[in-house]
Amino acid sequence: MADLKNFQKGKMVEFPSRSIVPERDVNKTPILECIHLGIDFGGLRAVDDFNLTIGQTEIAGLIGPNGAGKTTVFNMLTGVYPPTRGTIVVNGMPIVGKSTAQINRMGIGRTFQNIRLFGNLSVEDNVKIALHNSMHYSLFEAIFRLPRYWKEEKKAHERALELLSIFNMEHMAGWQAGSLPYGAQRRLEIVRALATEPKLILLDEPAAGMNPSETTDLMENIVKIRDDFQIAVLLIEHDMNLVMGICEGICVLNFGQVIAKGTAEQIQANPAVIEAYLGKQEAQ
Amino acid sequence: MIFLGFLDNLIHGISLGSIYAIIALGYSMVYGIAKMLNFAHGDVIMVGAYISYYAVSSVTGCFGLHPALGLLLSVSICTLLGVTIEFLAYRPLRKAPSLAVLITAIGISYFLQNAAQLICGSSTKFFPYVEFFHNKLFTVGELSVSLTTIVTIAACIVIMIGLTLFTGKTKTGKAMRACAEDKGAAQLMGINVNKTISITFAIGSALAAIAGILFGCAYPSLSPTLGSMPGIKAFTAAVFGGIGSIPGALLGGILLGIIENLAKGYISTELSDAIVFAVLIIVLLVKPTGLLGKKIHEKV
Amino acid sequence: MKKLFKKKSTRTSFITYAVVVAVFLYLQIRNATGGLSSTMAGQLVPICAWSIMALSLNLTVGVLGELSLGHAGFMSIGAFTGAITAAVIRFQSGGAAGGALTLIASVAVGAVFAGIAGVLIGIPVLRLKGDYLAIVTLAFGEIIRALINVFYVGIDKNGLHISFLNTENLSLDAGGKLILNGASGISGIQKISTFFAGFVLIMLCLIVIFNFVNSRSGRAVMAIRDNRIAVDSIGIPATRYKLLAFVISATLAGMGGALFALGQNSIVASKFDFNTSILILVFVVLGSQGNMLGSIIAASVLTVLPELPFMRGFKDYRMLIYAIILILVMIFKNNPTLKRFMQKLFPFAELKKRFAKKAEGGGNDG
Repeated sequence: MADLKNFQKGKMVEFPSRSIVPERDVNKTPILECIHLGIDFGGLRAVDDFNLTIGQTEIAGLIGPNGAGKTTVFNMLTGVYPPTRGTIVVNGMPIVGKSTAQINRMGIGRTFQNIRLFGNLSVEDNVKIALHNSMHYSLFEAIFRLPRYWKEEKKAHERALELLSIFNMEHMAGWQAGSLPYGAQRRLEIVRALATEPKLILLDEPAAGMNPSETTDLMENIVKIRDDFQIAVLLIEHDMNLVMGICEGICVLNFGQVIAKGTAEQIQANPAVIEAYLGKQEAQ
Repeated sequence: MIFLGFLDNLIHGISLGSIYAIIALGYSMVYGIAKMLNFAHGDVIMVGAYISYYAVSSVTGCFGLHPALGLLLSVSICTLLGVTIEFLAYRPLRKAPSLAVLITAIGISYFLQNAAQLICGSSTKFFPYVEFFHNKLFTVGELSVSLTTIVTIAACIVIMIGLTLFTGKTKTGKAMRACAEDKGAAQLMGINVNKTISITFAIGSALAAIAGILFGCAYPSLSPTLGSMPGIKAFTAAVFGGIGSIPGALLGGILLGIIENLAKGYISTELSDAIVFAVLIIVLLVKPTGLLGKKIHEKV
Repeated sequence: MKKLFKKKSTRTSFITYAVVVAVFLYLQIRNATGGLSSTMAGQLVPICAWSIMALSLNLTVGVLGELSLGHAGFMSIGAFTGAITAAVIRFQSGGAAGGALTLIASVAVGAVFAGIAGVLIGIPVLRLKGDYLAIVTLAFGEIIRALINVFYVGIDKNGLHISFLNTENLSLDAGGKLILNGASGISGIQKISTFFAGFVLIMLCLIVIFNFVNSRSGRAVMAIRDNRIAVDSIGIPATRYKLLAFVISATLAGMGGALFALGQNSIVASKFDFNTSILILVFVVLGSQGNMLGSIIAASVLTVLPELPFMRGFKDYRMLIYAIILILVMIFKNNPTLKRFMQKLFPFAELKKRFAKKAEGGGNDG
């Protein structure tokens, strides 16, 4: 708690609600803070006054009807769109104005709603590419195949297989990524994001297109990833079983505005959420 | 006197720019709707010029028809050619990566150039329309303007007005604009996308034929590669003005024509092409959307 | 090591090396025993030069996935700086020297200058992509040609003189020698390029390209080709790697240009125009994008073919046929219906692919 207050001292803006930070993270600097974040597209306020705090090892959910601005929030967090207003702080460092690549190196990894794999390359190469920044041999060493090249390539190969084993995908290492089944492509995107050693991983509809048993496995795996890697997870998902099942904190977005924040029970009982969401929730 | 020279250069620049603008329209419309760079567009200009040459010239082996008939013939054959190219080469590649489409377009361009070389030979041909226009000069004070220049500029204005009305008012024109925005949605609204793209190629190629004749009047010796330079420059003009925009093509074309002529007049004839290309590079880097274009975001 | 060979990329590179070495040895022996006609023997260096051009463009088109239409510009820079270097060395040594060392120096200078041009052009160009990138490389190629056309270089005992105006402006003294005469180019080049040198340079190109592709940098470049936004999201500075690939491509092209120039009597800037860029592109497309051995084969065959006696009549139709091939290859490769039809017609290729995939999957398991 003390750290958190210290951290807030120099800020111009008021600290947003921390209602969803779990007990174990309360005394640590939050991994992510969004303060009065907003973006306009032309005259449209796509997202406005978005405040969110996520603890170091929290699994948080961002939900809301289609077009609420969820993916836009992800795009602002990863620097794809520069926010019109507000601040984003990752692990104590402001990231607004940084490039997507720089933000990734500062600790945010992500997956995409419409899968974006390196389709012509092998599964192993997809992961190895994400290990890029953990390898340090130079172009010269690569072209003349000097010892450091062999050493680091071997390490990367082993690390890639290790990461693929999270989802039992080692046997697919040589397959072409573009030819994988849909669910495996989504899992590979998560592995690829993990390979960059993020402190916060953003999952954009990780269960989309998966069958119920795949989704159950995915839920277990997300929790396992959080426990093993000690990282925070922020996910967008329409599958309410997944969201309510594993998210410790949930933020509900509607028309670019946060309409509710809290635990699964609080969200399910919130009248504003029920009003915006109920029809959908029952359908699922 | 210096001013007069400048004015003369300016008028020639506007005239050349008008030709670029007409060609640029073809690029711009096709790029806007089919999202492809029709590299062969410049060579359709060449075909247009050659057809009108064979139709009108009184040299043996040619038909010696009336120039108006030559124009008609040239426009109709080029329209047919444009639609055929689209049907045979570009339509099978509608969903292919843009690299493949561009390489195909380059292939078509090469095909047309070399076919023309084989059919027509490389002997220099003198463009016959010049005789109908060139001897007439209008003099205002000390400045004299040839009829060719006036006809070129007038043709450009008429085409611009006509096309603006066409895309704005007619059903086909609206369908073209809808396809440019979103082909999938247009299809759901009952628009025949393939037909619309064919019409776009037809219009673009017809304009290329007209541009070919006007270009022939300005530079009367024909060669199989005559279309490639004005083609690339007109693409520059289309990008300069903002691709997909009709007033943009006009503005870009005329500005580029003026820049080229002034560069020729005051800097160096040999480097004038290089200067035009430098303009292209600067425009693409500084404002890739062009003067009147709009920005397109990639959805993430 | 055995495991290593199971990797497809390693296998491909070693097959390519083996084929190039074997063909070189065969041709070298045939040439030494007088088994090659003088036309063929004269084509050996150009074959190597065009192969290097195709390899270097393949790095941009096949690996980086961007279309460069100004590749002849880099070749031109390599050719002219290389030929000037050779002429300078010859002048300084009193007209005597002209061996392997001169060739190495000239090729190196050509490569360095083309590489510098690659950096200067790449920085602005690579901010663009697709059609716009292609058209801007075309523009740069034409600008290079226009500039060399008005470029004059001479040498006397005071050193190198250069001018963008005319020969008089060089103000060479009596013992001076005009090297590059604007649009008339460089003439009286000492032909010091050899088939062996060409072979060594091709091998060097292959080593650079294969080892680059199988390194972290090369993988990053291929990832950019497949999905730029995803590359950003995993923390790779995409522009830097695009530039790296582009500069390597330009450097290799400069090498090829220098090799080519020093195998000719004279060179002029207009030789390296847009048509030449397209010719190199034809090699790459015909040899299949990303396939290095294919590039070499296509470049060699298309260079030799028009020179063969029974192909004389073909010479007029050459470019027409290339154009048709270019169109057909693209359509057959990229149209789903035709692709399926071709697979039915030639089922072996598909079977082989499936087998290779299986073998590779198994290889990585162990």
